[in-house]
Amino acid sequence: MALYSEKVMDHFRNPRNVGVIEDADGVGEVGNAKCGDIMKIYLKIEKDVISDVKFETFGCGSAIASSSMATELIKGKPLSEALELTNKAVAEALDGLPAYKMHCSVLAEEAIKRAILDYYQKHDLPYNEAVFADVLHEEE
Amino acid sequence: MTAYFDNAATTKMGRAAIEAMLPYFDEVYGNASSLHSMGQRAKEALEEARATVAACLGASPAEIYFTSGGSEADNQAILSAAKIGERKGKKHIITTAFEHHAVLHTLRKLEKEGFSVTYLTVGEKGNVSAEEVAAAIREDTCLVTTMTANNEIGSVLPTAEIGAVCKARKVLFHTDAVQAVGHIPVDVEKMQADMLSLSAHKFHGPKGVGVLYARKGVALTSLIEGGAQERGRRAGTENVAGIMGLAAALKEATAHLAENMKRVTALRDKLIAGLSRIPHSVLNGDPSARLPGNVHFCFEGIEGESLLLLLDDAGIEASSGSACTSGSLDPSHVLLAIGHPHEIAHGSLRLSLSEYTTEEEVDLALEVIPQVVKRLREMSPIWREKTEGKKPFLLP
Ligand SMILES: Cc1ncc(COP(=O)(O)O)c(C=O)c1O
Ligand SMILES: [Zn+2]
Repeated sequence: MALYSEKVMDHFRNPRNVGVIEDADGVGEVGNAKCGDIMKIYLKIEKDVISDVKFETFGCGSAIASSSMATELIKGKPLSEALELTNKAVAEALDGLPAYKMHCSVLAEEAIKRAILDYYQKHDLPYNEAVFADVLHEEE
Repeated sequence: MTAYFDNAATTKMGRAAIEAMLPYFDEVYGNASSLHSMGQRAKEALEEARATVAACLGASPAEIYFTSGGSEADNQAILSAAKIGERKGKKHIITTAFEHHAVLHTLRKLEKEGFSVTYLTVGEKGNVSAEEVAAAIREDTCLVTTMTANNEIGSVLPTAEIGAVCKARKVLFHTDAVQAVGHIPVDVEKMQADMLSLSAHKFHGPKGVGVLYARKGVALTSLIEGGAQERGRRAGTENVAGIMGLAAALKEATAHLAENMKRVTALRDKLIAGLSRIPHSVLNGDPSARLPGNVHFCFEGIEGESLLLLLDDAGIEASSGSACTSGSLDPSHVLLAIGHPHEIAHGSLRLSLSEYTTEEEVDLALEVIPQVVKRLREMSPIWREKTEGKKPFLLP
């Protein structure tokens, strides 16, 4: 199917970092019940660096590929850098997504933010609320 | 090996239909409205095709109008009945909640123009009864339009009974028989249909050509203005080659109907039996009143588009009512109509067969689908929560 780029299909067919981390330091789950994409990200964090990351996704081809690519982009990166990851960057790294599929890549960005927020909150660490405005807003 | 399981979307053309078309591209290429011999030969062919189609449907040739396909036929049938009704001050229409969009969107348009529409619910099984239709008929009902068979979940409606109710109550009756014609017996007399739509590409004919049957006395409104083709009801130079293909395909399908139904039903039932073994899945649509070529399942915990993409990788060409596939956010209106929550409706798979489907294709599907479902479930957070008992399973 030419619906997706080769890159998307590669990450969809052979998703990187699928699975769970039982003793994760931060877990983030986001879902769009209407669209039918749900994404869960598990982080292992050592000295403010993402030492390991795994994901589980229920969703379409671009949701799975976005999860896979997003985990690759943040693995081994400091939290500050991971927090800067945008869905546009994920989509670009995948050589683009069809316009109506962009919303699926937003989930990856949000799931990561949520997992990092979970890490801060669980460990009673201070964080800048403005950075998490999107995900905090949704919780209300 | 690839296996084509999307015959409800469209079919491959049969040899008979292809060969019936060929002479009309460069031998008998006349305009059927021209007076010279070339034109008149085209005209004769056209009328021959009309007679063939009429014979296959139990109609008379003057009741057959060629269109650009099923969608146009549905639009014209409904808009014509609305015009007839409006003149008598009747502006109520009855339909089902799981019609094709060619019907539903036409009705939405009429609602904006002041018509009221009753959408009969189709229940868990995905069907309606003639009694439900009867109960919905009002003084101001001008049309009942119910499909002969559903394109997604394959339910076959009790069309003859619905037709009898409409006749007794003197309400016009249209049936969208696009998925039925060529696959199950369709006879306008037995169905007591006043109008019926069909489309050639669903029974191994060409794309872009269909028929609107309209009983004598039903005044059609033209959607396309211009020349006097189709007795002034559908302007535009006739697609003679396409029409010849349609007629040949219909003749072929009608001649082999009984044997094809038997073969395809056996393959369908093998698929249903095999896929039913996948835990937490459900067969959608009427289990008994069902198209011979329709298999439709929902698998809990997975999403339809990723299922289709992985199946395509494994050579299985299928379809799904999944939202992410179609570009809209909502899952199929048909699956919501039979009462599935969004989560279940997203995990749908339709396999549609034809007489060209082989046992090998069925075996490949039965080998591949359980593996792909398992693989997707293993990476699904919803599935994990269910297996760990944190959330209930919705399907047995
Ligand atoms: C039930 C039904 N009605 C109408 C149509 C539209 O037919 P066509 O593609 O010829 O316009 C289809 C096919 O997509 C169908 O399945
Ligand atoms: Zn999606």
